[in-house]
Formats: sequence, C-alpha cells, structure tokens
Amino acid sequence: MLRLVCIGLVAGLFSALFGVGGGIVVVPLLILLAHFDERPAMATSLAAIGLIALVGAVSYGVHGELKVGAAAVVGLPAAAGAVGGAWLQQRLATRTLTLAFAALLAAIAVWLLV
Amino acid sequence: MWALAAAALIGLVAGVLAGLFGVGGGILFVPTLTLVLGLTQLHAEASSLLAILPTSIAGAWRQRRYGNVRWRPALVLGLAAVAGVEAGVQIAEALPEHVLRRLFGVLMLAVAVQLAWRALRKPSYAS
Repeated sequence: MLRLVCIGLVAGLFSALFGVGGGIVVVPLLILLAHFDERPAMATSLAAIGLIALVGAVSYGVHGELKVGAAAVVGLPAAAGAVGGAWLQQRLATRTLTLAFAALLAAIAVWLLV
Repeated sequence: MWALAAAALIGLVAGVLAGLFGVGGGILFVPTLTLVLGLTQLHAEASSLLAILPTSIAGAWRQRRYGNVRWRPALVLGLAAVAGVEAGVQIAEALPEHVLRRLFGVLMLAVAVQLAWRALRKPSYAS
C-alpha cells in the first residue's frame, strides 16, 4: 500500500511535469517495487494513467493552461488510431519497425533540443 | 485550417503508433501540439493530458476484458498521484519555457533509447 502511494506520487509529478501519461515510470515501478507481472503492470498502469491524466488536466485547467480545442483535435483521432494500432501490433510489430520508431522519436528529440 | 487538419491526421497516426509500440500518446501529442499547432510547451503539456484521456480509457477498457487490470491498486495510484500532480504543475509553471522544452526533449531521447534497447534485447521473429 505504502509502495503504491509512493509510485502514485512519483507518477503524478512526472506526468504533470512532462504532459505524458507516465507509463514509462509506472510500469517498471509496479514490477520492481510492487512485484506485479508484466501484463497486469501494463494494464493496471493504463487504468491509473486515465486517472492521473484526468487529475493533471483538471489541475492545469484550474491554472488556465488548458487548450481544450487543441486537445480534442489531436486526442479524438488518436483514440481511434490506437484501436487500429493495437490490432496491427499482432501482425507487424517487428524489431526493425520498433528501431525505426525509436529513431523517429530521437530525431524529434534532437529537433527540440537544438 | 490546414494546421488543424494536419494535427488531426498526426493525432490519428500518433494513436496508431502508440497502440503499435505500446507507448502512451503523450510523448507524441506534446510535440504535435507545439510544432504543428504552435502551442507553448506549457499549454501543450497541459492539453496533452486531456488528449490522453480517450486513448487511455479505450485501452483500459480493452484490457479489462482480459482481466489484467487490478482496479484497487490503480485507484490507489490515481489518488496518490493528486499530490504529485500538484507539485508537477507548480514546477512546470515555474520553469522557463525553453528549459521545459529541453527537459521534454531529454525525456523523448530516454524513451527512444528504452524502446531500442527493448527491441534489441528480444530475439527478432518474423520480419
């Protein structure tokens, strides 16, 4: 219980600071600290991220930083896309594709950094 | 208008990539919101959290059918996160825009490295 609270605190801080769900910290922490198996860790983190993102959005909304229209323009098509992506994962997730995606992320990161 | 259409298209692609590679949408939403729609880093991060909601709810709903979601721990995590979120919002508001942007760039690099490491560690099946 105490461990879950600590993970939640860290995840909330991370999520709000970066505007991401925080799965990258929640999944490993659930596995390492709370002794979850990988699959339940990923599924539980998804549910927790929904809550964390909701709390974050409300908090930023109170601070007046939220652009609801922009969020909808990107977020609603993404929800449809994610269903397709999960379907594709069974069929074409390969090492080459994952490496290509990692390279794409690194390229955007470099763009942001320079 | 074109920027909106482009953002919606990139949102769709971001969703597909998120589902395909098992990363959250946020890592792609934030740069889309800044680079395509011209939001500030702070506004993009705030709005990204709202944009994540439909995707994560749909994802959790699918996982629920497989019985993988443990709801009590998820609830504890979500409630405990409230305090962390408040601190994160305060820090993000206090940091200068360019610092926040660079921090996000570093996070993206870390995600890229983690993905590549995971892919290389696993034996490659069917290509």
